Amino acid sequence: MTEALSLVPKAEAKQSMKDFKSDQEVRWCPGCGDYAVLAAVQGFMPELGLAKENIVFVSGIGCSSRFPYYMNTYGMHSIHGRAPAIATGLASSRRDLSVWVVTGDGDALSIGGNHLIHALRRNVNLKILLFNNRIYGLTKGQYSPTSEVGKITKSTPMGSLDAPFNPVSLAIGAEASFVARTVDSDRKHLTEVLRQAADHPGTALVEIYQNCNIFNDGAFDVLKDKQQAEEAVIRLEHGQPIRFGAEGAKGVVRDAATGDLKVVAVTPENASQILVHDAHAASPTTAFALSRLADPDTLHHTPIGVLRSVDRPVYDTLMAEQLDTAIERNGKGDLGALLAGNDTWTVVG
Amino acid sequence: MTSQVSSPAEKADGADGADGANDTVVGEQRSTAGQKPSEKEIRRLDRVIIRFAGDSGDGMQLTGDRFTSETATFGNDLSTLPNFPAEIRAPAGTLPGVSSFQLHFADHDILTPGDAPNVLVAMNPAALKANITDLPRGAEIIVNTDEFTKRPMAKVGYDTSPLEDGSLDAYNVHPVPLTTMTIEALKDFGLSRKEAERSKNMFALGLLSWMYHRPTEGTERFLRTKFAKKPRIAEANVAAFRAGWNFGETTEDFAVSYEVAPATRAFPPGTYRNISGNLALSYGLIAASQQADLPLYLGSYPITPASDILHELSKHKNFGVRTFQAEDEIAAIGAALGAAFGGQLAVTTTSGPGVALKSETIGLAVSLELPLLVVAIQRGGPSTGLPTKTEQADLLQAMYGRNGEAPVPIVAPRTPADCFDAAMDAARIALTYRTPVFLLSDGYLANGSEPWRIPEIDELPDLRVQFATGPNHELADGTEVFWPYKRDPQTLARPWAVPGTPGLEHRIGGIEKQDGTGNISYDPANHDFMVRTRQAKVDGIEVPDVEVDDPDRARTLVLGWGSTYGPIAAAVRRLRAAGTPIAQAHLRHLNPFPRNLGEILGRYEKVVVPEMNLGQLATLLRAKYLVDAHSYNQVNGMPFKAEQLATALKEATHD
Repeated sequence: MTEALSLVPKAEAKQSMKDFKSDQEVRWCPGCGDYAVLAAVQGFMPELGLAKENIVFVSGIGCSSRFPYYMNTYGMHSIHGRAPAIATGLASSRRDLSVWVVTGDGDALSIGGNHLIHALRRNVNLKILLFNNRIYGLTKGQYSPTSEVGKITKSTPMGSLDAPFNPVSLAIGAEASFVARTVDSDRKHLTEVLRQAADHPGTALVEIYQNCNIFNDGAFDVLKDKQQAEEAVIRLEHGQPIRFGAEGAKGVVRDAATGDLKVVAVTPENASQILVHDAHAASPTTAFALSRLADPDTLHHTPIGVLRSVDRPVYDTLMAEQLDTAIERNGKGDLGALLAGNDTWTVVG
Repeated sequence: MTSQVSSPAEKADGADGADGANDTVVGEQRSTAGQKPSEKEIRRLDRVIIRFAGDSGDGMQLTGDRFTSETATFGNDLSTLPNFPAEIRAPAGTLPGVSSFQLHFADHDILTPGDAPNVLVAMNPAALKANITDLPRGAEIIVNTDEFTKRPMAKVGYDTSPLEDGSLDAYNVHPVPLTTMTIEALKDFGLSRKEAERSKNMFALGLLSWMYHRPTEGTERFLRTKFAKKPRIAEANVAAFRAGWNFGETTEDFAVSYEVAPATRAFPPGTYRNISGNLALSYGLIAASQQADLPLYLGSYPITPASDILHELSKHKNFGVRTFQAEDEIAAIGAALGAAFGGQLAVTTTSGPGVALKSETIGLAVSLELPLLVVAIQRGGPSTGLPTKTEQADLLQAMYGRNGEAPVPIVAPRTPADCFDAAMDAARIALTYRTPVFLLSDGYLANGSEPWRIPEIDELPDLRVQFATGPNHELADGTEVFWPYKRDPQTLARPWAVPGTPGLEHRIGGIEKQDGTGNISYDPANHDFMVRTRQAKVDGIEVPDVEVDDPDRARTLVLGWGSTYGPIAAAVRRLRAAGTPIAQAHLRHLNPFPRNLGEILGRYEKVVVPEMNLGQLATLLRAKYLVDAHSYNQVNGMPFKAEQLATALKEATHD
């Protein structure tokens, strides 16, 4: 087990998915993509083998933020956008906990954008699951910061004017040490990404494309439909050449002129130039370039998988080390000595 | 020749002297730091008010701090009022750039930093102009004549030199070329003119230390420590300090020096130190954490005048204190709340604008019923307002500034040293009742200082709490379960079950919860019950009765809260000394009010409430007790002056 979970107590007995289901009735709309993600997380948790009392799910506000109620762990359903801040306080003071944040595109990128980027740059030991459905669901269908330009919604009858965020690009720009993207309907891929995220020391951001079947149905169909997905999805695997399409007919190469990445048809001549994915590259440049391949409108060339996973000092560890160093240098705090200070005088009765 | 305070008490002391003739002692000065005993006249005073004033970059706050330290070590009672602009370096030599530090010290117990200085040290024309209107006629003014040249004078609108045009005839002016003399004193140190000039505040401090017979060892030690890495600068400052002392000793312009005896009778026996409000508050938080046996977690975002608490706590990591400088005010309280969920003694520190940003999270804390200290150091508002000035205008924000029915207890310290006890009391309430608590201090308490009797550790309250460890409820079928919202019948506090406790896994959130189980509930009757229960919990918090000081069975009560205690008590003393009966009471707990408050208010024909706002406590009193509370308000960024309050209270007792 890596540093990420080394301080978290292990479960005494073997766990099953059932152990992580709370007694609360799940109240998402029938057919919501959140069900799939919940099932995947509940199914994956036993694999970690952690004492479930040492697992905490913290969420903000939005449909996905109801998630903690359905996990039989400790949990907090907080206020809009603030989950990363609250989780930072918990994780940085309790290194024996495995702390997960569940958030959505509005919660994390709009009202809570500031907390998200600062959690990422600090590299607090948090696993952030960002459910991106490209719409505001709980408030019944306004455009979100990931909605495509021109989107017709209740609040944008003539089309949205905002350029969207690409959450993966944003996270890489915010110094994230772990950034991945996956899709709600691909249980296997989702579980594998969760596995790597859980194992990562520091903040892990996992963007999960999630279908809102009420207000933005089919937003990710192009990535799910077998035929279309071949053109649309670029599956990233560390150490493997980045190829996709029918029989890997397409690949990603670096453009010698600009240094940027581009998609090409693979030929015997260029096969050796196909970029080999290196999630552990020290520089975020290539990961960022990969994140920019996706077309925000058509979702063509959307990379999924772990874009970036690098080791960087973890905030909670550094914080704890400073406490240890302070004790080494000055001894354990002595309240009497502190209150007395150096300049005193005595009044005799 | 001087207007320095001379009271009947002082004369009585003098009459006890060997010659019994007057209060003048000649040639008996204690030898200090290698100085020759003085042959100059020494007069005894019972109290003095000094104001150091200069440019923001002149080091007036440091000078004032050092003089305060010397005075504390000497054993006088004291009270201080730092006053500085929000700009770090306003344009040099201008009126907005003037920074000052007022110190009141005495041989008896005093309550305020004083209304009007007896002595003004003016480092430049701007400092003179900005402060002269506060000086009574006959006050002593020590001016740095080097700065009274054409341009600096023109900058503040002096067409002619006030030192020469007779406009200061009513005062006792000591013209001293402070800059020139400092540079001269440091000529052998190989410093540039600019570097040498910087020590002129230490020259002034040396001179004042001579004038008032202050011990000098502490300042010399301080300088050597402060500039430990720059020994040449350290020695230059010590040399300037000594040169100032020697100048006083030798020049004929200063014919008299003054003694203010230690205030031995003002203090109960004990060991004392000088302490500012923000330092006392920081120590109170650490002490609370130690006494509760819970690690302290501070989430904070820098804001004047609260940042000093963040700075101070960040120095004490060896007490297990975690300080987290967040990306904003909201994250600061969010992190603190997260830490509270994890079982820490959680604190966030801020001022008015920060409180506004934290409001939603305070509401969440009310709903989650977790202990959380919200320390608000009030400053002038609204909006950015007056960041470095004091005010009490956030009482109603603390009381009501949230959506929904979200009651939060409020505790307010009354003096700088009292911030220690108030912090511990706020922690007691938060931990016992599992609630956010406002600790409402202000800029005057934060930066002001006074002597503090250092408590013995075994005098401090035991704040230990019990985390939940197992099931607390039995279902109808006999199953043992944990209910996160099953309350203690006495305190109505819910159990604090921290993550890591097996079997108590539970979920909490800001959505209304079902009584007992804590599950989401939209049931109308349950919501009504929960709203009333949260209110009842806060209403039921145990706070001590308010005490009334009323030796003369007065008809008028003056009731205050927070930092107005000193000025109100000083005004009350004046009234009583002049034969006017008046009763005084002061509130530490603003929510809930002490149980006996209504009865006390009913006893008096008239209730006067002085506040540094437009009547916020008075509004609460009128609403709750239907009492005709009369407001006396001042919102000028400064504490009340005792004389002004005395006049107002006297009028109030008459009509």
